[in-house]
Amino acid sequence: MVKDQEFLEKKASYCLGLAKKLGATDSSVVVKNSVSETVNFRNSKLDESNRSDDLGISITTYIGKKKSSISSSNLLSDNLNILIEKCVETTKNTPEDEFNSLPDKDLLAKEVRDLDLYDDSHIANDQKIDYLKKLEAAASNDKKIVNTESSFTQNKSNFVLANSEGFCDGYKTSSFTASSVTVAKNEKSMERDYEYSSKCFLKDLDDAEKLGNLAANQTIRKLNPKKIGSEKIAIIFDKRIAKGILSTFASAISSSAISRGTSFLKDQINQKIFSDKINVFDKPDMLKGLGSRNFDTEGVKTDTLKLVDEGILKHYLIDTYNGKKLNLKSNGRCGGTSNLYFENGNTSFKDLLNSDSKSLFITETIGHGSNIVTGDYSVGATGFLVENGEFKYPINEITIAGNFKDMFQNITLANDLEFKYPTNSPTMLIEGMVVAGK
Amino acid sequence: MSNFFEKSDLSRKEAESIISDTLRKCDDGELYLENSKSESILLDDNKIKNSNYNSDLGFGFRAISDEVVAYSHSNEISKNSLKQSSENLKSTLKSAKGTYNHEIPKSNKKYYDNINPIEQKSLNEKIKILNDVNDYLRSKGDKVKQVTANFLGEQKSVEIIRCGGETLSDVRPLIRFNVSVMLEKNGRKETGVYGVGGRQSYDSYLKDENWKSVCDEALRIASVNLESKPAPAGEMKVVLGPGWPAILIHEAVGHGLEGDFNRKKTSAFHNLMGQKVASEGVTIIDDGTIDNRRGSLTIDDEGTPTEKTVLIENGILKNFMQDRLNARLMKTRSTGSGRRENYRHIVLPRMRNTMMLSGKQTQEEMIKAVDKGIFAVSFGGGQVDITSGKFVFNCTEAYEIVDGKIGSPIKGATLIGDGPSILKEVSMVGNDMMMDPGIGTCGKAGQGVPVGVAQPSILIDKMTVGGTKL
Repeated sequence: MVKDQEFLEKKASYCLGLAKKLGATDSSVVVKNSVSETVNFRNSKLDESNRSDDLGISITTYIGKKKSSISSSNLLSDNLNILIEKCVETTKNTPEDEFNSLPDKDLLAKEVRDLDLYDDSHIANDQKIDYLKKLEAAASNDKKIVNTESSFTQNKSNFVLANSEGFCDGYKTSSFTASSVTVAKNEKSMERDYEYSSKCFLKDLDDAEKLGNLAANQTIRKLNPKKIGSEKIAIIFDKRIAKGILSTFASAISSSAISRGTSFLKDQINQKIFSDKINVFDKPDMLKGLGSRNFDTEGVKTDTLKLVDEGILKHYLIDTYNGKKLNLKSNGRCGGTSNLYFENGNTSFKDLLNSDSKSLFITETIGHGSNIVTGDYSVGATGFLVENGEFKYPINEITIAGNFKDMFQNITLANDLEFKYPTNSPTMLIEGMVVAGK
Repeated sequence: MSNFFEKSDLSRKEAESIISDTLRKCDDGELYLENSKSESILLDDNKIKNSNYNSDLGFGFRAISDEVVAYSHSNEISKNSLKQSSENLKSTLKSAKGTYNHEIPKSNKKYYDNINPIEQKSLNEKIKILNDVNDYLRSKGDKVKQVTANFLGEQKSVEIIRCGGETLSDVRPLIRFNVSVMLEKNGRKETGVYGVGGRQSYDSYLKDENWKSVCDEALRIASVNLESKPAPAGEMKVVLGPGWPAILIHEAVGHGLEGDFNRKKTSAFHNLMGQKVASEGVTIIDDGTIDNRRGSLTIDDEGTPTEKTVLIENGILKNFMQDRLNARLMKTRSTGSGRRENYRHIVLPRMRNTMMLSGKQTQEEMIKAVDKGIFAVSFGGGQVDITSGKFVFNCTEAYEIVDGKIGSPIKGATLIGDGPSILKEVSMVGNDMMMDPGIGTCGKAGQGVPVGVAQPSILIDKMTVGGTKL
C-alpha cells in the first residue's frame, strides 16, 4: 500500500523543523512514495513480474540567498539528521545567488481541487495475466508475428510538498499502463512496432484485443521497407511523433533556456512563430488528465495558458528562479508543462494525406536530433510513402531534417486530437523538409 | 564497504536464510544490496546554480525459474520488507522446480581503487575550479555568451548474496567533469561540449589546471560550428575520427550483440554467429577490464568477474555479450556483462567498453581516398532499432571532404545506417585507436549505465548523411 498523507506530512514537517533549527532561513521538502506492480509476458507466457516500492525525500535549504539540496531514499531519522546537517553546511559554503528564493507567497496554490487523478481499484497479478493473455493472443494471431512482448503496470503514488512559508499539500495519483511490442518477420526483413495505453483509471484502459491487434498491424505493415532517394518533400507526422515536436517547442520556451539565452525562441514573445491557425494550450486542470496537477513542483498555482494564439507566442513556461531573472512572475511551470496540446486543425486526416501528390508519413524517429539553441532538426526516420492519399510502401533508413523556425511556420494540423499522453498533437503536416536517403 | 545490516532489524544470518528459502527451487537469483552516494555541482550563467547530494540505499531481490524472472525491490532493508519481497517472488514462481546453479567464477583482480571521490576534494575546491572555468572561458572574447560546467561524483557499494550465503561485493567510484560553452557571432549561436571522467579521483583528471584543456576543446568545437554551413543530404563516403565516434560501433553492432535480443531472436544478428558481418581487418571487443575506465567493472551486477569478450574477430561474428540468465538459456557462459542501473532495475546484458582495434592505415590515406564525403570528428549520441538493425548517431563536429581534402565545417547532422551491413562497408581501418574521454552513458529499457567506447579512424564507403543541402 502506498504511504498515506499523514506519514508523508510528518516526515516533511520533521525535515522543515530540523532545517530551521540548524540555521536554514528557508527550506522546502518533497516526500514521495510510489508503489508499482508490473507483469510482463513474452510469446504468450509469463516472463517477468516486478514489484517496486520507492520512498524518497528531497530537501532544499536556503540561508539568505544561498541554496543547496539533498535527496535520499533512506528516511530513517538517523540518516535524515546527517543529511540535513550536511545540506545546511553545504548551503553555508555555496556562493549567493540573488535570484534564489522560495516562490512568492501570494502565488502559492490555495485550494487543491480533486482532479480525479486517483483510482482506488487494485488489479491483482492474476487479473493482469488474464488481460495480457488476451492481448498476446490478438497480437500473435498473424503468422508473420514472430515475437510478442507485453506488459501491464499498476502504479500508485502519493506525495507531499511543504515549505517554510507554510505550504503543505499533496495528493495521490494512479496509473494503469498496458503495452505490446511485436516483431514481424518475412524472408526479406524483420520489423518491430508497438502500441500502448495509459490511464489514471483502470476502467478507461484500452481493450486488450484492440491493443494487441493494433500493435501487430502496425508492425506487419512495415515489412519489406525500401529506401528512397534524397529530396525536398512534405512530411506528415503520426500523432505519436508530432507530440515530440510540441515537446521541443516546450523546452525552447522554458524560462531557463530563455534566461540563459540558449533557445532559438529567445525574444520571440508576441511574435508570430507558427502559422496563423496554430493554437497551443497547456491545461493543468483536465479531469483524469495524464499531465494534470494542482500546483507545480514549487507549490505555485497553475492556470490554463494559451501559449500560442493564432501563431503568436504569448507565454514562456516560468518558474520562480528564472522568473526573477527575467523580471516575470512564475506561472506555475516549474517542472515543465501539464497537459500540453495543439488545438485541432480543420482538415480531416484523409484530406491531410491528400494535401500533396507525394508525401512521407512518419511513424517513428530515432536519435536525439533536436537542437534548441539553433533550432536545427535532423533525425533518423521510418514510415510510409504516400501518393495521392494512399499508403504505397514502407520506407526506412532515411533521415528528415529542417529548422524548427521554418518548420513551425509550415505546420498544418488535422482534426484528430486525442489525449493519449500528457503532451498531444493531431496528425501534423510540414511542407518543405529535406529527406536524405539514397 | 557498506555494512547493509548495521542499522537494520534484519541480521545477515536471517537475510541469508530468507534468501536460501526463497531461491531453493529456483534456477538462479540473488539479493542485490546497494548503497550509493553521489553529488552534482553545477555552474551555469555565471553562478553556482546547484549543489546536490544524494544518498540512495536499497535492495533488489530476484528469483529466476526457467525463463521467468520475478523481481521485487525496496528502499527499506528490514525483516518485514525482505519477507514481503520473498512472498512476492514465491507467489510468481509457485511451481518452480529447478536446481539452483551455485557456480560463479572467482577472480582477485580489481580495476579501480576503493575510494570515495566526493570526499577527496572539498566543496570549496570544486566551486573554485568551476568559477575558474567560467572566468577562463569568458576571458576568451565577448562572443562567449554562456558557460556551463559541472562535477558529478559517485561512490556505489554493492553486495550480492546468493542462495547458500555466498557473498560478492564491490565498491565503485565514478566521476565526470563537463564543460559546455555557447558562442554568438552575428546573431548566430552554437555550442561546444566536452568532458572527462572515469573511475578515479577528480584530481586524476583535473590536476595542474588540466581543466583548461577540457575548456579549450569545448571552445574549439563551438568555434568550428560557428563557421559551419548546412550539411549535405544523401549517401556518401564517411571518415570517422578516432575515439568518441566509436558510438557508431556501440549503436551499429554493440546492442545487436547483447544476449537477450539474440535469445529472443529479435536482433538483426541472431542468426549470424560464425558468419562474416564486417570487413576483414575489423575486430571488435567489449572489455570490462581496463583500469579506471568508465565502463570497467571488477564484477558485474550478478557477481561475475568481467572480462575481455571478443565480439567480432577479423570480420567474423564470434560471441554475444551475456548475463547469467541469457547464458543459461543459450547454453553458454556469462561474459560478465550483467548490469543494472541500480537496485530498482533487473539485470540485462549490457556493454562495458566497446572497442574496435587498430588496423594499419593512416587517417591521411582515408581522407585522400574520398572525392566527396564527410569527416566526422565529434558526436553527441546515438540510437538503434535492434530489430531492423537501423541506427543513427548525431555529429557535433564534422567537415566536408572534397577531392581528398578536408573542407569547410558542416552543421550537426544525423547519420543513419544499417547495423549488420555497415561494417562490411568499412574499407580502411586506422592505426590510431583511441579511447573516448570517459563520459558515455548507454540507455536500454529505461536503464542508464556508464560505458566506454574506442576506435581508430575508419573509412566507411557508404552511409546516409541527414543534412538539408540536396
